[in-house]
Amino acid sequence: MSTIIEIFSYPFMVRAIIVGSLVSLCAALLGVSLVLKRYSMIGDGLSHVGFGALSVAAAMNVAPLKIAIPVVIIAAFFLLRISSNSKIQGDAAIALISSSSIAAGVIVTSMTSGLNADVYSYMFGSILAMGKSDVFMSIVLSVIVLLIYVLFYNKIFSITFDQNFSKATGIKTDFYNTLISILTAVTIVVGMRIMGTMLISSLVIFPTLTSMRLFKSFKSVVISSAIISIICFTIGIIVSYIMNFPAGASIVAVNLVAFIVFVIIGKIRG
Amino acid sequence: MSILKCENLSVAYENMVVFENVNFEIEEGDYVCVVGENGSGKSTLMKSILGLIPIRSGKVEFLNGLSKNEIGYLPQQTVIQKDFPASVYEVVISGCINRMGLRPFYTSKEKKRAAEVMERLEITSIKNKSYRDLSGGQQQRVLLARALCATDKILVLDEPITGLDPIMTDEMYKIIKEINKKNKITVVMVSHDIESAVNEADKILHIEKGVKFFGTTQDYINSDIGKVFVSRERNVR
Repeated sequence: MSTIIEIFSYPFMVRAIIVGSLVSLCAALLGVSLVLKRYSMIGDGLSHVGFGALSVAAAMNVAPLKIAIPVVIIAAFFLLRISSNSKIQGDAAIALISSSSIAAGVIVTSMTSGLNADVYSYMFGSILAMGKSDVFMSIVLSVIVLLIYVLFYNKIFSITFDQNFSKATGIKTDFYNTLISILTAVTIVVGMRIMGTMLISSLVIFPTLTSMRLFKSFKSVVISSAIISIICFTIGIIVSYIMNFPAGASIVAVNLVAFIVFVIIGKIRG
Repeated sequence: MSILKCENLSVAYENMVVFENVNFEIEEGDYVCVVGENGSGKSTLMKSILGLIPIRSGKVEFLNGLSKNEIGYLPQQTVIQKDFPASVYEVVISGCINRMGLRPFYTSKEKKRAAEVMERLEITSIKNKSYRDLSGGQQQRVLLARALCATDKILVLDEPITGLDPIMTDEMYKIIKEINKKNKITVVMVSHDIESAVNEADKILHIEKGVKFFGTTQDYINSDIGKVFVSRERNVR
């Protein structure tokens, strides 16, 4: 208990916890739709593009989010197009974009400041990275995501389950798909500095996959993902504080444990 | 009274023409089967009517009070749906989505409609089951129920009996016929099963890069193209 009080006595920890849990919540909600539509790789691709953009921003000495958010939103737009277009090999294209972005980021950084602690923290995350503006940003973002989820929940379900049916009945599927990928892009940019480029996509993917082991309706999967993501984040960050592990890795590890537990319970239940 | 009219409709993927100059009219209360070889453009024709793929030239018209979002569509199943966590009820009521506009939630009227449709298709007892745990036949019933939530006027069914065993196939045909005759809902069904098509439907639309035949089933059986196609498909079986 005293450790938890101690954690909350550091302003940077409080900021990291606020931003992290809100970002986890958003990522989990958006993730349900992405994972079920087989767009999981988009999250991964976006985080790599985000790395490139953050590195370039750091090298140019500009506020990182100002560059990274628009760049990643544009990338989200393209990745979605690529993935829904069966003519191009979507997975291969995403892999190309991912590695190219990392390469660009690394080259730009080594030309200027050299590969320093900043780049390391973009790769694997750092809870020290969160400032006041991030707290503000994450609150705004999560309010938007929650509102959209509540207002468009039934449409999101319909589009996720059956895009063609929804489109045939007059729903603007492209609009909703784009909306979801833009929100995912923003979520990833805000979250990746805590979680790290390599690990942020787990926040999108794990909660849904874990929930799907036990829950059988869309609504229950959505609710369970939201709860699991926040619980796993909180446990992860406490573990990371006590054990002195990097936060991102600890959170992913906790998510993995949760996944395994759900798989086992699912098997026992049959 | 026609409710759907295609005029000189052409569709192409890239530069490959799928079909050209398709002309036909669907009358209210029709039961039309769309037949043709694999890859002849049957499903593509349905998708272009529903606005899912772009039309190269020509037009699709909805007449006499039918509007585009009042079509109950039963698409072919997708890979995504195989392990999708959704209850039967969630899937069925999502058929009411075309009535919603910007309203975020379903009204009690829509919930009642979903309940009635489930009752009619005898799936009320599996209402809370997960869609992915159902048999192929039950899944098709659920998708048909969703389509019925969306329409009182016309159903477009894309190979609704794919993957069903003979008993479930017969049941499905029985339900579709009942919907057509009792509830007076127009049915347009894509089928690769020519035998059942000529048994079930009142009209046949034979597609092969364009319209090869459109008319009553009786005329089709007596036509040259009909004779050839029916007997060849019989021999394949």
